[in-house]
Amino acid sequence: MKLSKLDLDLLNTIADIKGVPSGALNIRLNGASLIRQSSPNISVGPNADGTGLIVEIKPGTRDETVHVPVVLTQAGLQDKVYNTFIVGEGADATIIAGCGIHNDSHAISRHDGIHEIIVKAGAKLKYLEKHYGEGSDAGKRVLNPTTVITVEAGASAELEMVQIKGVDDTVRSTIAHVHEKGNLKIIERLLTQGEQKAESDIQIVLEGTGGTAQVLSRAVAQGNSFQLFRAALIGKAACLGHVECDAILMDKARIRSIPEIQAENADAVLTHEAAIGKIAGEQLVKLMSLGLTEEEAVNTILEGFLR
Amino acid sequence: MLKLEDICMQVSNDNGENIEILKGLNIKFQKGKVYAVTGPNGGGKTSIAKVIMGIYRHSKGHIYLEDEDISELSVTERARKGIGYAFQQPPRFKGLTIKDILNIASPEADLIYLRKYLRDVGLCPEDYLDRDLGAGLSGGEIKRIEMAQLLLRAPLISIFDEPEAGVDLWTIQKLLGLIVSRYKNNPHKTAVIITHNEKIIPMCDEILVIDGGVITAQGTPKEIWHLIKDEIECKVRDQCQGDVIYEIK
Ligand SMILES: Nc1ncnc2c1ncn2[C@@H]1O[C@H](COP(=O)(O)OP(=O)(O)OP(=O)(O)O)[C@@H](O)[C@H]1O
Ligand SMILES: [Mg+2]
Repeated sequence: MKLSKLDLDLLNTIADIKGVPSGALNIRLNGASLIRQSSPNISVGPNADGTGLIVEIKPGTRDETVHVPVVLTQAGLQDKVYNTFIVGEGADATIIAGCGIHNDSHAISRHDGIHEIIVKAGAKLKYLEKHYGEGSDAGKRVLNPTTVITVEAGASAELEMVQIKGVDDTVRSTIAHVHEKGNLKIIERLLTQGEQKAESDIQIVLEGTGGTAQVLSRAVAQGNSFQLFRAALIGKAACLGHVECDAILMDKARIRSIPEIQAENADAVLTHEAAIGKIAGEQLVKLMSLGLTEEEAVNTILEGFLR
Repeated sequence: MLKLEDICMQVSNDNGENIEILKGLNIKFQKGKVYAVTGPNGGGKTSIAKVIMGIYRHSKGHIYLEDEDISELSVTERARKGIGYAFQQPPRFKGLTIKDILNIASPEADLIYLRKYLRDVGLCPEDYLDRDLGAGLSGGEIKRIEMAQLLLRAPLISIFDEPEAGVDLWTIQKLLGLIVSRYKNNPHKTAVIITHNEKIIPMCDEILVIDGGVITAQGTPKEIWHLIKDEIECKVRDQCQGDVIYEIK
């Protein structure tokens, strides 16, 4: 099987890759693995029951990247995959996931990705997941990612999860356990339009002393769309946690934001900040006074906000 | 030339009543001149600037740019015709860098120029070009970046709203020298500096004093600077006497 122009365009949008990258890789197209390759330090193989991948990054690996993008172009396909990622002790690596759906039909195209990530002691991970949908309006594009991550002692992980345009329905669930001196940062950027719905549910348990967690959510809701953002920080030890949810609301859209902090240790320092509002009028006129039209000004502000 | 003809502007207060902020202003801003607009807080200086830029709508009168009535034009259209305004309190933008905003201010300007204008306002381009225009910048830094945008754009009319505010003494002197030398006797351009700074005022060609939404004095620094100073001294004396009386009580 070969990659079509459409597949390549989707891959470029979600994973920033042109053609087939070198290094460890798995491209999943319409429910099956199309290209799979390992590198000396990163093995990419099937899991025991054949429902997904196991990606193992060798301890001590430096600065390597593995791509595991998913593309759905077959109308009405309901795809489900279970992937496990193990980042070995002291390794430093980047995982680029993401899913692009093209659906021109009247049927629902859906991808559920269940990812389990284990960042071993002292390792460092950057995980990037971009979601994107396109095609005519009739067939829905649905994405339900679940991410379960364990950040072991002294390890650090940064998860960046982006949903750019075209996904009609999404329920994103993220569960994290952060151990002693572990560090987790979750960045979420979400844009919904039209009749789209998006729900994000993040739960972080800070288990060990000196653990830190930070959630930064930037959301824009346009049209008639609806977003629900829930973030819970649970501090079980002397730890530091902060949730920040910033949202821009336009047209008739609605956003509901529910930050929750739960401390089970007197030395847990947990904070949250949430703000929902429209684009500030001063920002608009400022950009218009530089010659932008109102529409250009709005787009510039949103692009920056979601960058 | 920019001409304000019988300009009035109203805002509604908290009780929903209309109050007149600008009361029939007639002003001509000529090319090749640097104007200082001064006067007490709340006098209406920023309101004039915003009416010229189109951010506030005037309720009566006309605004002409080069004999064209621009009263009905939007902010965007006025900007494109050659009006520029450096805000008194520039808004911040999350996710936009200083380079981004300078590129918006002047899309065709080369990076060399962006660097030059940052240096002109006393900011090291290497440290600032990629910085976010969000909450991380100091008040003085935001003001300088605001000025850099207007200097870079160099429209027909440049209105600087309190460029000195929050900017340190070392920089402001240099900056004003730059503005004045750039606009004085420039046959194509006009600069309007809204200011409370008594060092700036004498450097300008003409001073307008705005108080209570009207012009209370107008002339060259020679003609009216002593008037302003006398008035300020009177006010200071009154206030001091007030203090003394209060203490005796
Ligand atoms: N949008 C607004 N709504 C209500 N009142 C306003 C508005 N804009 C200005 N005003 C009022 O109009 C008057 C003039 O304000 P303006 O900002 O023009 O003063 P200024 O001369 O620039 O003062 P300063 O020296 O403090 O900057 C003030 O009394 C102010 O409270
Ligand atoms: Mg003012």
